[in-house]
This record gives sequence, structure tokens and C-alpha cells, in this order.
Amino acid sequence: MKKIEAIIKPFKLDDVKEGLTNLGVHGLTVSEVKGFGRQRGHKEVYRGAEYQIDFVPKIKIEVVMPTSLVPDAIKVIQERAHTGEIGDGKIFVLPLEEAVRIRTGESGDDAL
Amino acid sequence: MNSGDTAFVLVSAALVMMMTPGLSLFYGGMVRNKNVLGTIMQGFIIVGVITFEWVLFGYSMSFGTDHAGIIGGLNWIGLKGVGMVPNPNYGPTIPLLAFMIFQCMFAIITPALISGAFAERMKFSAFLVFTVSWAILVYNPLCHWVWGVGGWINRMGALDFAGGTVVHISSGVSALAAAVVIGKRLGYGTTAYRPHNLPMTVTGAALLWFGWFGFNAGSALACSGLAVNAFVVTHIASAVAALSWVFLEWLHRGKPTTLGAASGAVAGLVAITPGSGFVGPMSAVLIGIIGGALCYGGVLLKTRLGYDDSLDVVGIHGLGGIWGAVSTGLFASREINVSGANGLFFGNPSQLGIQFVAVLVTIVYAFSLSYLLLKIIDKLIGLRVSKQDEISGLDLSQHDETAYIF
Repeated sequence: MKKIEAIIKPFKLDDVKEGLTNLGVHGLTVSEVKGFGRQRGHKEVYRGAEYQIDFVPKIKIEVVMPTSLVPDAIKVIQERAHTGEIGDGKIFVLPLEEAVRIRTGESGDDAL
Repeated sequence: MNSGDTAFVLVSAALVMMMTPGLSLFYGGMVRNKNVLGTIMQGFIIVGVITFEWVLFGYSMSFGTDHAGIIGGLNWIGLKGVGMVPNPNYGPTIPLLAFMIFQCMFAIITPALISGAFAERMKFSAFLVFTVSWAILVYNPLCHWVWGVGGWINRMGALDFAGGTVVHISSGVSALAAAVVIGKRLGYGTTAYRPHNLPMTVTGAALLWFGWFGFNAGSALACSGLAVNAFVVTHIASAVAALSWVFLEWLHRGKPTTLGAASGAVAGLVAITPGSGFVGPMSAVLIGIIGGALCYGGVLLKTRLGYDDSLDVVGIHGLGGIWGAVSTGLFASREINVSGANGLFFGNPSQLGIQFVAVLVTIVYAFSLSYLLLKIIDKLIGLRVSKQDEISGLDLSQHDETAYIF
């Protein structure tokens, strides 16, 4: 079991979700986050005063899957979240010790 | 008594009343979301506080029997003798009570304007003390000087149709005093004070524009040709000032902004206020264009000079008000209002001099008294919220409330 955390551009969420669902991923968690990488931020101007806004809105996807699915999942996210412009985001893969379905008590891959 | 005039003045008074909550939305959208209720509350509570002060003695101080040109007497205290009968000096065709309530709305919005300068950091208790003492010591005397029969600026022949000196210069320079005395917000220069809800600000600006028809046209105190002129020039000046601000910032910063459009419209309304009963439509075009551009320059000035007038009361109401009073001395024409005077461009240069004196007196009086008042209140109870309260925001620290729950 692995956990993938991906930071993507907000308007790419639907594409990525569809790709992962097609792969057989049964669920994922999404949050609206802010951050910066190489893209840095943007400027905003109010009554002539310029502000540098460092933190850009992004979407964070958290998804847990059997280890066998991970290479395909990375490929799908990388393809579907891709625009080729700076600020497309990142994919992180983390080891995961255990998962439990609260309703039934199933654990491991069965809980996913 | 004329029922048409009375109906018009009552509706105008209602329109002007709505400007203060409108101003609260205008300001509320520009602050951060932790301070929006604190900002709105300041405007809203002023309606209560000043109405109370006004009917008890404020109206009498402003418009009661003159004493040496300086202050009105207490003959109308508690509205004693202010009733259904018209007064020849204050709207000869409407009940004096209608004039009183119309003027009450002006007394309300003026201190509310100042609150933009100390937004996001003033203690609610100190704000209340300042508002009431400012009304008594600054607004009421100034109102008497300019509009009261026998008031010394009035006798001098200064023209102020709807409040360039009394409302806008007085609030604008008092705002400067407030910004200086209370000091900058925490994080000045490093924090981005982004407006949290510009649609709210634009809604507020729209309500101000709408209410301003009552403010300026209603100041004719009759449903007359003069009221129509004031209505029309008010609309023209606001419209072109919105354009001039937006195009100027487009040139200067590369993008036209909604906040710029809203601010420009308000700047135009401020600029036309004193002249609205004395100038014609084409003069209003010039007053608006220059007003919008001048106020855009005014808001840029604060970063240069280093005071934190949070919501630009100085740049818009102070500067716009000064331009309005001066431009009245340039563009006033007796063809528009026979009981007015001609300005410089209509062959009477001396009017410009009179306008300058009125402007200067207002600046010096309002600034120095506000400065003094704020210093005293700061010594007695403290103007500013604690650092911790400023960080958590006025909504929570002053009112135990949160504006947005998700």
C-alpha cells in the first residue's frame, strides 16, 4: 500500500479524478491548498498599491492504493495534470503502514 | 408649506440615511475578513449615536439662533419649537422638522467617513468617544459657520451647496489626523492588506451613488429646477470621474480595476458636492475628470508620505473635497443659481479667494481639533486595540462575532 499526494492546478482536478477512477482507484480526498514552488506567485494591484501574492491556490489530492497500481497512477496524474507551463505541480509517493475501513473493520488492501 | 417639496426632502433624507450603511459596505469590502464586522458596526452604530446627539442638542448647536457667527444657541434644544411650521431661512416651503431630519443624515455620514482612516485597529469604546466629541466640537460649529444663518463663513459668501467643506474636507483632514495619531496597522509594509470582498465594496459604491442624489439634489430643499440641476451634475461628475480614474490607472499600472471604478465614482461625487447647486453640466464634466485623476494621485501619495490612511479617506474625501470647494469658485454661475455667485471663469475672481479662505479654515480647524481630541482620548482610555486583538481581528476582539462561517 502506498499513499500518493499530488499538488495540481485546480482546473485539472476533474481530468485527474477521471483518470484515476478508470485505473480502479475507489476513492480519493481533495483539499484546496495554497503554496508556491518555482512558479512563485502573482501581483495584485489595489488603488495603485502593488502586492506580491506568494501563495498560489492549488488542489492537493490524497489517494491510497495497492503498490501494484502506483506506477500507472503516477503516469495518469502526470499526463492528465500536465500543461507544460511552470506551476503544474508535483507528485509525492509515501509508504503506508495500515488502512482500516471504519464500517466493517477490514484492513490492508481490502479496506481500500 | 408645499407638499411636493416636503415629499422630496423626506425622500432625500431617506436616501442620505442609506448612504451610511452603504459606506459601511464600501469600507467593509476593503478590509480583511477578520475586521469586516468591526468596520460595518462603526458605520451602523453612528446612525444611532449621532441621531441621539443631534436631536438632543446637535441640531440646535448647528442651526439655532446665531451667537457671534460662531455657534448656534440652545433655543432648539431637544427639538423644542422645531415642528410642522416652516422656517424662512431653512426651507421656506417645508416643515422645519423635515429640514432637521435631512440635516441629521449629513451629521451622521460625516464622522462615518473618517472611520476609514483608522480601520482595522481602533477600539470600539474609543471610537464612540471620538465620534461623539468630534460631532460636538468639530461638526456642529463648522456646520453653523457654513450653513447656519449668521455663521461667519456663510456671511463671508463662501459657496457650499451640499457639504464640500462641512462634510468632505472636515472628514478628510480629520482622517489624516487620525491616521497620524493612531499609527500604522501591524505589518505595514510587509503584509498585503488585500480587500477581502470587492463585490461588497462595489455594492456600497452603488448605494453611495444612488443616495448621493438625495444628498445633493435634496440640498435644494425644494423639488425645483435647482434640484434637477444638482441631480444631473452629480450624476455627470460621478460618471466621468469613474472613467478618468480607471483610464489613468490603466495607463499607470497596466490594468483597469473594479476598485478603481468604484473609487473614481465616489471621488466624482465628492468633488461635485459643493458646486452641485451652482455649476452647469459641462463644468461638472471638468470637475469630475479632474476630481477622479486628482484623487487617484491622492491615494498614491500616502505610501510616499508614509501614513496609513487605511481606506483612503484623505486621498478621496480630503483632496476631492478641496478640489470641489475650489472648483466651485471657478465654475459657479448665477445663471444656474441666482442666489449664488459667479466664479472665476464667469468673471468673478474674488469668489475663488473666498472659497480658499473657507477651505483653509476648515482644514486648520478640523485637523487641529481632531488631532487634539485623539491625543486626549488616547491618553485617557487608549485609541488602539492590543496587539493580540489586532491580530485576531476586530470582529472577534471587539464584538465576539465572526462574519463568515464555512
